[in-house]
Amino acid sequence: MDIQALGNLFLKSAFVDNLALAYFLGMCTFLAVSKNVKTALGLGVAVIAVQTITVPINNLIYNLILKEGAWLVPANLEFLGLICFIGVIAAMVQILEMTLDKFFPPLYNALGIFLPLITVNCAILGGTLFMQQRDYTFTESVVFGVGSGFGWAAAIAGLAGIREKLRYSDIPAPLRGLGITFIIVGLMALGFQAFLGIQV
Amino acid sequence: MGKSNKDLILDPVFDNNPIALQVLGICSALAVTTQLSTSFVMAVAVTIVTACASAAIAAIRHRIPSSIRIIVQMTIIASLVIVVDQVLKAFAFKLSQELSVFVGLIITNCIVMGRAEGFAMKNSVKDSFLDGIGNGLGYGLILLVVGFFRELFGSGKLFGQIILPLKADGGWYEPNGLMLLSPSAFFIIGFFIWALRTWKPDQIESA
Repeated sequence: MDIQALGNLFLKSAFVDNLALAYFLGMCTFLAVSKNVKTALGLGVAVIAVQTITVPINNLIYNLILKEGAWLVPANLEFLGLICFIGVIAAMVQILEMTLDKFFPPLYNALGIFLPLITVNCAILGGTLFMQQRDYTFTESVVFGVGSGFGWAAAIAGLAGIREKLRYSDIPAPLRGLGITFIIVGLMALGFQAFLGIQV
Repeated sequence: MGKSNKDLILDPVFDNNPIALQVLGICSALAVTTQLSTSFVMAVAVTIVTACASAAIAAIRHRIPSSIRIIVQMTIIASLVIVVDQVLKAFAFKLSQELSVFVGLIITNCIVMGRAEGFAMKNSVKDSFLDGIGNGLGYGLILLVVGFFRELFGSGKLFGQIILPLKADGGWYEPNGLMLLSPSAFFIIGFFIWALRTWKPDQIESA
């Protein structure tokens, strides 16, 4: 796997296959936490961090333990995948939370409630499942983790920016709030489709 | 026992819809709505998982220590999802291929977690089961509406049956390619919320 292919994988996972806009993952938090740019950025950073750690770890677990004929356990344990992945994600989020609390208190305070919430963010589990489905190697999974986390963060920051401006516009009452947000996300998703075909 | 059985099931469909009002569970499902059949399977799967998970959690709610309740709930939900996943793989392999990762993502579907945490921990087994079915139906309704429009206008079919004959096959209908892309699902839900709130003005959000 050369550098150029990895670069392309990064661009693809960050923009074309954007987890939020192309696969609708992490939508609950995406819509609920995008009311202002600052919190959106905090959540985005947390997602990048968790995604970068969990996707490669789950890659190792899948390839070394769960897969049929794997190195550690020869039996086919693939059906246990979902429980293992969600366990790893919950544990990693917990560890990350404690580490940040101990060594980087300002960042920990800035992220606040968003860190534990990431456990139930489908973008994280989705990233792992796509990694499993597309059969990434370890290096690829690292790049994919960073890229998809970055793409999600970029999307939520963009949406938060638009919603801040939206406060000054005149929207029909029944469309206010959730309705118009959905339509804006749709337009953003259209915009992101334009990244299709971009290569390093 | 505040609500009757009928209310428990029907309330979440229109008055307190999990997608349109509570903003729950949009995550895993919209990508499956390009066809009506996949949306239908997804809706059934989520309804089953929500109802069974709520009932199971309600049954042991007095024995779950509150400090580890999230992990207990996650494990119950994950086990149920694995069952659904394996059943789909065994009896409807082609459908499960099309649903790909989204069956697994029912685990992190906030509706399941939300109902477990918000309703099942405080109510009886029977009420939780009905509440789970109701929320699954409310979720399924939106899924089916979105799936209906996307399949009908995107490829001129419903459940794979040709309704509008395509120009490419000698018919008259020029398919709307946008409907097969992800943005259309957002538009349709946006308009659905608009329609629902015009019908029930008390759901309008204050600016």
